[in-house]
Amino acid sequence: MVKRLTVLDTEKCVGCQLCMFACSRRFGEGGFAKSAIHVKSIGGVERGFAVVVCRACPSPPCMKVCITDALTLRKGGGVILNSSKCIGCGRCVEACPFGAIFWDDEANKPNICVHCGYCVNYCHYGVIKLKE
Amino acid sequence: MRLDRVLYVDLSRRSFHVENRPDLFEEYLGGVGVAIRLLAEECPPNTDPLGPDNPIIFSVGPLTGLFPMASKTIAMFKSPLTGNLGESHAGGRTASAIRMAGYGAIVIRGSSETPVYLAIHGDKVYFRDASGLWGVENSYTVGRVIRELEKGAGFRTIMRIGSAGEKMVSYASVVVETYRHFGRLGLGAVFGSKKLKAIVISGKYSIKIRDVGYYRNVYDEIFNLAVKSLLMKKYHDIGTSSNVLPLNELKALPSFNLKETSLENAENISGENLAQKYLGRRIACSHCPVACIHLATLREPYEDEPYFYKTTMIPYDYEPLYALGSMLGVTDPVEWLKLMDEVEIQGLDAISTGVTLAWATEAYERGIITSNETLGIELKWGDSNSYREAIRKIVHQPNEFYSALARGVEYAASKYGGLDFALSFGGNEMPGYHTGPAAYLTFSTGSRHSHLDSAGYSIDEEDAKTGVNRTPKEIAEILFREESWRQILSSLVLCFFARGIYTPEIVVKTLRVIGLDTTEESLRKTGVEILKNKYLFKIREGFKPDLLRIPRRILEKESPLGILNESFIREGIMEFFKMLQ
Repeated sequence: MVKRLTVLDTEKCVGCQLCMFACSRRFGEGGFAKSAIHVKSIGGVERGFAVVVCRACPSPPCMKVCITDALTLRKGGGVILNSSKCIGCGRCVEACPFGAIFWDDEANKPNICVHCGYCVNYCHYGVIKLKE
Repeated sequence: MRLDRVLYVDLSRRSFHVENRPDLFEEYLGGVGVAIRLLAEECPPNTDPLGPDNPIIFSVGPLTGLFPMASKTIAMFKSPLTGNLGESHAGGRTASAIRMAGYGAIVIRGSSETPVYLAIHGDKVYFRDASGLWGVENSYTVGRVIRELEKGAGFRTIMRIGSAGEKMVSYASVVVETYRHFGRLGLGAVFGSKKLKAIVISGKYSIKIRDVGYYRNVYDEIFNLAVKSLLMKKYHDIGTSSNVLPLNELKALPSFNLKETSLENAENISGENLAQKYLGRRIACSHCPVACIHLATLREPYEDEPYFYKTTMIPYDYEPLYALGSMLGVTDPVEWLKLMDEVEIQGLDAISTGVTLAWATEAYERGIITSNETLGIELKWGDSNSYREAIRKIVHQPNEFYSALARGVEYAASKYGGLDFALSFGGNEMPGYHTGPAAYLTFSTGSRHSHLDSAGYSIDEEDAKTGVNRTPKEIAEILFREESWRQILSSLVLCFFARGIYTPEIVVKTLRVIGLDTTEESLRKTGVEILKNKYLFKIREGFKPDLLRIPRRILEKESPLGILNESFIREGIMEFFKMLQ
């Protein structure tokens, strides 16, 4: 069964953002420019954090609005980006109800989670997990 | 994005520009190494710390955004508290935000005529009107408002001042991400003097690495040390507040303005007790898996309204537990939390506030000051209500006495008497370690007069265990070596809590990842040079090691290493400064 990245318990999130750094490090980069996962406070850190990840929709709204067919359905849900087809229009970002498509300002293309689970290795608090 | 880009912002002219400064970053890495050079360039001799010519420098380092725990931002300025070198470090998301916005350092010049806050989003700098935010009593509210106004959630830092900064209390802090601070030496007052209410910084530039495989290997080595070894356990579990009980046991916990060295009921304000009864949430700085930030939950009923409660999250750490707890005899954890909350709301440095109030309480007890000066507030050990009221008066300064307290303990005691029990070094209120001579040598010789400069307390603690006797020269040598090395750590803006992980060997590896081939020896040399640069500035601004004041009180109270001897400490100070020449 194909796996997908899931959020188990945001209450355990300490907001360290190591998952975000890990995601960009897949490409051998520092920083967040290529990150497809996002952690932000929910109105101040004292209230805890929102962990925003692609939920691998079986019928992804982002795919439906892509005008160049750069997004195709991934086995197990979610989408695969064909970067060479993408014109950077940003419609996918607007279509995702979770705000789980992020933007690489340098490449002017979306950052889309491939559910590889690299970030999971760096979450010391068990907030995220790859699940079938 | 290159690290050597420096953003210059001029508040008087409302203008900004960027300069590449490879000269600074190649020689001094980043952080303090770069900041002290920028401060020397920007700050004219004898500048009024609260005048428009006093610059504010922020800097980050080459490992920020790449490696865990390179998460501090260095602030440098001339301190309104000491009238000399101002250096303060803060975590939160400050460092990653500055680096991802595309800068290695930010220089703020001039002064605004009307209240402003700065919004720095990548290459764009906005001077936003802050007239409406000026005078908002509660520093939490300011953060809340700016969170809604500005973009970049998750990628940004929001630095802001409270009322104490606006009123230029000499030890006002700058609050970041609600619970971290540029706490010491009065950066908040410098913000206030420039009518600068806040700075929000965001961005998401990338940092490219050539040898990706090597990068990931070194990263994993550090990550594993951080989460699997015992090196970070203390900070991870109970946090710095785990120091309360051992220091109390050792009779090294300054209490009641150091009239005592331990506290009955210390366990009430211990990290263990706070964790068990009040710990509500743990949070981390950006890129730190340790999550040492401990927030207590305080649930208070409204007296006039049944079934209504107010729930507040309040941070706790060792130093505030000492300064607002043991020093003031506040041992009821709820009362301590309320006092801490007031300090946070006003935006003050907790250590300076507590030590200043402790002096005031003793001065009141001795009749040096009376209710005429305190405006009717009865300062009494353990009475947190009076202390909270006094804190508000320190901020608003309704009379000469509170204006004096707002300038720190050294100033107040010089004016009213009682210098013998005014606990400050180099003009900075002392941290919570009556461990022995090495601690006081750190407070005296450290370039910030902070326990973190060279951690003399840990030498004392070791000597108390082993019974080793060291000469002043031996101690001075260890402190000099330690403070020099810490210049490298803070030029790479590594959190000092991670100093056990970032050994010279690991540091050399991380620098190789970014294409910098160096050796431990060469780094140590740079560290010494940076420390010398800091002292060049201090001496230029009038610092005189032989005139350092040693408060009599510390010589009267037995430490774990016995009664301290003034000539021993003076000799250590002179040995330290010989090494600087």
